[in-house]
Amino acid sequence: MLREMNIELSFDKEQAMIIKSAREFCGKKSPIASVREMVETDDGFETDSWDEMADLGWMGAAIPEEFGGFELGMGSVVPIAESMGRFMLSTPFFSTTLAGQAILRAGTLDQKKTWLPKIADGTIGTLALLDNADWGSDAIGCTATEKGGKLILNGVKWYVADAGVSEFFILSVNYKSAPALVIVNRGQLSGDAFKRHILIDETKRAFKMDFSGVAVEKSELLDPEASPAALRDLKLIGALLTAAEATGSAAAALDIIIDYLKNRMQFGKLIGSYQGLKHPTVEVLNQMEAARSHIYHAATIVGDQPLDVDMEIACRMAKAQATEALLFAGDRAVQFHGGMGFTYECDAQLYIRRAQWAQQQFGDAYHHRKRLAPLLLD
Amino acid sequence: MKDDNKKMEAFREEVFAWMKENKPSDPGFLLPQTFMEVGTEEQLDFLRKWQRKVYDAGYLGLAWPKEFGGHGLSPIYQQIADQEMALHRVPILFNVIGLGWAGPLILKNGTEDEKKKYLKGILNGDDIWCQGFSEPDHGSDLGNAQTTAVRDGDTYVINGTKIWTTFGNYSRYMILLARTNPEAKRKYDGLSFFLAPMDVPGVTANPIQKITGEYGFTETFFDNARIPTSCLMGEEGQGWTIAMQTLMFERSAEGGQASSYFMERVTMDDLIKSARTMTRDGRPLLEDPIVRDNLVQFLIEEKALALGVGRADIPALCSDYPLSLPLSGKLRATEFFRRMRQYAICLQGAKGGLYVGDDDAIEGGFWQRAYFNSFSATIGGGTSQIQANIIGEHVLGLPKG
Repeated sequence: MLREMNIELSFDKEQAMIIKSAREFCGKKSPIASVREMVETDDGFETDSWDEMADLGWMGAAIPEEFGGFELGMGSVVPIAESMGRFMLSTPFFSTTLAGQAILRAGTLDQKKTWLPKIADGTIGTLALLDNADWGSDAIGCTATEKGGKLILNGVKWYVADAGVSEFFILSVNYKSAPALVIVNRGQLSGDAFKRHILIDETKRAFKMDFSGVAVEKSELLDPEASPAALRDLKLIGALLTAAEATGSAAAALDIIIDYLKNRMQFGKLIGSYQGLKHPTVEVLNQMEAARSHIYHAATIVGDQPLDVDMEIACRMAKAQATEALLFAGDRAVQFHGGMGFTYECDAQLYIRRAQWAQQQFGDAYHHRKRLAPLLLD
Repeated sequence: MKDDNKKMEAFREEVFAWMKENKPSDPGFLLPQTFMEVGTEEQLDFLRKWQRKVYDAGYLGLAWPKEFGGHGLSPIYQQIADQEMALHRVPILFNVIGLGWAGPLILKNGTEDEKKKYLKGILNGDDIWCQGFSEPDHGSDLGNAQTTAVRDGDTYVINGTKIWTTFGNYSRYMILLARTNPEAKRKYDGLSFFLAPMDVPGVTANPIQKITGEYGFTETFFDNARIPTSCLMGEEGQGWTIAMQTLMFERSAEGGQASSYFMERVTMDDLIKSARTMTRDGRPLLEDPIVRDNLVQFLIEEKALALGVGRADIPALCSDYPLSLPLSGKLRATEFFRRMRQYAICLQGAKGGLYVGDDDAIEGGFWQRAYFNSFSATIGGGTSQIQANIIGEHVLGLPKG
């Protein structure tokens, strides 16, 4: 017998307010000219905007009240992420939210008390999960070995988002032949540890980091009991947030397609009147709408507890659908702008680049469908 | 609120029990999965009796007013009944043009006399309805309909041809779109809408053989057929507006139906169940990684369709394009069904080449027939290509071609 399809979807007034204010804020802070300005900067975002986001409570959205947050969960983080994607506003929101999730899901009580209120106040943190180019491998190349009462780290991590501005890092390591998570403070790292990736999406910042030789206290280990499940859940939540952002960016790509199709004349007609362009544009819309349905379903059911099978299905489906939608939207945005679309000046490049980035982050569509298959078919 | 919930739950249990008890046994011939597939007298008789039974039991027309044969309850009760019918996979409610389109239209716009005359017969199945919109040369271009209605005393004289008339040869009434003023400046303004009787001289309905080999539609000829002037709905020249309202019911963009159980749902569950029995390369089919990936893609799409229905009710989540989900529902669902049914045949290996009637055909050729029939939904009610134009123009604001 197959699993019954979970199609729960709810949304309350509080979330409706957040979606509205996130839209307004991101729209105001991130007109496309500002997106292009940020591309040229080292950090990729403005500290002032970040502080305002902290004031709005966004970094504390998914943090429980007892640790200084607002306890709104993924139901509010997802619309914020979608709005950021919609206006291509890149900030360390994703890395910081995920670092908070790591501590919330696997941290000791002391770690929660220390870090979660700071995160809610805007302290930037990030995850270092990826050891190589394979999101599908569970093997952890980075190791932590006990020596003189401390843990000595060894290994390199990829795609450490916003590492340039992060105050702390949460690293997946192989410790006593089991997966573990450990906190590294910025002060423990030398400048040599950071090497900025040249990313296909120029609005993003990520680093290749060498943690070899770093020594941390054993108290920096997250709860070993909770860590394996948290590690799996962090990848799923990372996939969901990437999906939410990608859905927003797909809607933005659709906006510029529509705008061009309504204004560009060829052969004496507006090009949007040609079905060769109109029909695939409708397909971009439908793919984006499907993605929206999936991300809000996942946002409805994912809570603070370890993810169950329905939640895993929801996150994986959201990621598979949203990144495919954005790949199609970005691709068509370039093509439908004709010669202009081939230029760096045309904004279509922002979306086609974002699409390639979002596709691989936390595993591409094929990766997730492959993991969905046994959950749905066996 | 709590009382309401209790009442609803009790009602659901009641319907559940009734459907379980009264689900008809296999009649020995293939029943239609959708109303458009009724092709024989025995199928029609069977479905007519079934609808009558459901109506008599009190599970049809729950939200229609009592005085016209309904039960005057909240539409939620009909939804519950429909859900239970789908769950038990009982035979469909066949009188769709009446229950789904003409009925709600009459309820919304009709006069008291019209409501009294037509609604009860729609519910109990005595009066079968059909729809006379499409014409041989103007399939999707409704506004260009050429069938004429010329007023002559207290009758209109109808001349012309309609096509794809579901139940054309069985119906008592037709909702008919005809041209009363060929001189109108805009072609739309020349159209009028009629609730026309089919049992008048001059009306001939010839069954059309479909790609499935079965009969299911008629081509309907009007040769100086005279209908009373009282059959005109609204006023002359309002035909286009009323037809568009009808299409809103047809495309499920508006409530008001006496039921929505007009087709048996064929889901990915059915396809996967079927696929479990198959092999490829000497191994169980479901071990094939490409097949697995394809099936998961279909499942993602199927779930998005189901989620979209719920999301359409949450305005905050539809703020960009509020009309997008309601207007694209038909396009997305029917195209999904078409591709999924073809994929089912693709999985069958050599047996994909067998058809209804062959003893070795998988499930009696169900998927082959279902695939062919799926085109009635991607073409009927406005082709998918027309739907894409509508969405492009009305949802995205793109210029007309």
